[in-house]
Amino acid sequence: MINTSEIIETISMIRQEHLDIRTVTMGISLLDCIHSDAGRTADAVYDKIMKKAGKLVETGQAIEKEYGIPIINKRVAVTPISIIGQASGAYLPLARALDRAAAGTGINFIGGYSALVQKGFTGGEEQFLESIPEALAETKLVCSSVNVASTKAGINMDAVARMGRIIKETAEKTADSGGMGCAKLVVFANAVEDNPFMAGAFHGAGEPECVINVGVSGPGVVKCALEKVRGADLGTVAETVKKTAFKITRMGQLVATEASRRLDVPFGIVDLSLAPTPAVGDSVAYILEEIGLEKCGAPGTTAALALLNDAVKKGGVMASSYVGGLSGAFIPVSEDAGMIEAVKCGALSLEKLEAMTCVCSVGIDMVAVPGDTSAETISGILADEVALGVVNTKTTALRIIPAPGKKVGDSVDFGGLLGTAPVMPVNPFSCSKMIARGGRIPAPMHSLKN
Amino acid sequence: MKAIITVLGCDRVGIIADVTAALARNNINILDISQTIMQDIFTMIMLADISGSRKTLAEIEEEMEAVGKNLGVSVTVQHADLFNSMHRI
Repeated sequence: MINTSEIIETISMIRQEHLDIRTVTMGISLLDCIHSDAGRTADAVYDKIMKKAGKLVETGQAIEKEYGIPIINKRVAVTPISIIGQASGAYLPLARALDRAAAGTGINFIGGYSALVQKGFTGGEEQFLESIPEALAETKLVCSSVNVASTKAGINMDAVARMGRIIKETAEKTADSGGMGCAKLVVFANAVEDNPFMAGAFHGAGEPECVINVGVSGPGVVKCALEKVRGADLGTVAETVKKTAFKITRMGQLVATEASRRLDVPFGIVDLSLAPTPAVGDSVAYILEEIGLEKCGAPGTTAALALLNDAVKKGGVMASSYVGGLSGAFIPVSEDAGMIEAVKCGALSLEKLEAMTCVCSVGIDMVAVPGDTSAETISGILADEVALGVVNTKTTALRIIPAPGKKVGDSVDFGGLLGTAPVMPVNPFSCSKMIARGGRIPAPMHSLKN
Repeated sequence: MKAIITVLGCDRVGIIADVTAALARNNINILDISQTIMQDIFTMIMLADISGSRKTLAEIEEEMEAVGKNLGVSVTVQHADLFNSMHRI
């Protein structure tokens, strides 16, 4: 039998240290819903999601109850809608159908109002991008993502310029909720096809008909484990994180296998990410501080995060049969109590966050900037962020909220898991001439690496 | 199906009696039991076979939670696979 201390360890991880399964996400292909008539496509999309994901929430809850592990989110990711809607040329009816299906199945977000335009746009994709602000303002549960760059294709700077404007427009259209629409919109470089986390989840074209992907969490557990090795050298820190990540991931693997069996849907991947929540004690920033930083953002932060991110992967990989998604530590500012404090006291700047994204997933995430930040400046921040991903062959992303009417020092409250974002200062110098050039930044070279 | 039943809380007379009586009522067979006082907290862990019970694990969990409430302790019933998968390769 498992011994007492092991059982107590698991129970205190769940009860006191916020261990949970962050999300069980069902990926659903909508390729067979395409029709030249917009209404028929929307009906087919709604029906298919209801049919495939109708039991997702119920099954998730049953697993929660039997195993005693909280599963915070049950979600659905679908084939990029820019592909599904192109034959009919109507995208907003599909956004509404997704929203209705999300409400109907009881899930808390649906991802896939997405487009992949890293090398260029089709005519339909251009129209699709323009529909994003309206779609996010009109719907509650729909999340949108756009891939504008990849290591193989380089950076589509026309898309970067366009997304700057679209982010601004989305903020303005959802101004009454602090620019909430932008919290549901993420722009990627090297987007992955099996990511279970929102807002960036979509069901890639290379994915099967239907699949279950699971995202684990557990910053609180890692923090508590590190409290027990205070003062030990960094090798010990890495070992401790690895062991903890192994245990967390084993639980994710168990839930994924069980959900897949009960729903009769193949198991895709476990995403080994440390995803914080606004709850005190469930913060990635606190882990970095536990490693020995006075505040997250202090010199040494990037190194500490690199250690953490790598150790999580090393520990998690052996614990799961298939690992994928984003797999790394997330650093969303508004969703992490320690990050919020670090920004408020001036320890953490936008530039330091950018540097941190070189060594972890996913990017500059859930950051609020002043409402009067220009579209070109947002495009510039985006271009920098995707350049890091393109050159370093990794996923990077930007989820930024130019909060309407807000200034540095204010805060924007999104509620729930999205948390509260302190408005951060932005470098005031302009990049508008560079953004106006447009075109493509060529794919980078992959030898002579320095 | 095997379940791990954990009882944690303030020690008092009758905890084991009440918990095991509730399990017996549901035709649940206790396979292993260990009880200790850890840092002043009454800690009892049982491995039980619930396949003889007519109730589902979720229903048993609810009933045992209520038994725990009456005793002022917390009782959880969890599928044993959770612990096996986390602590055994």
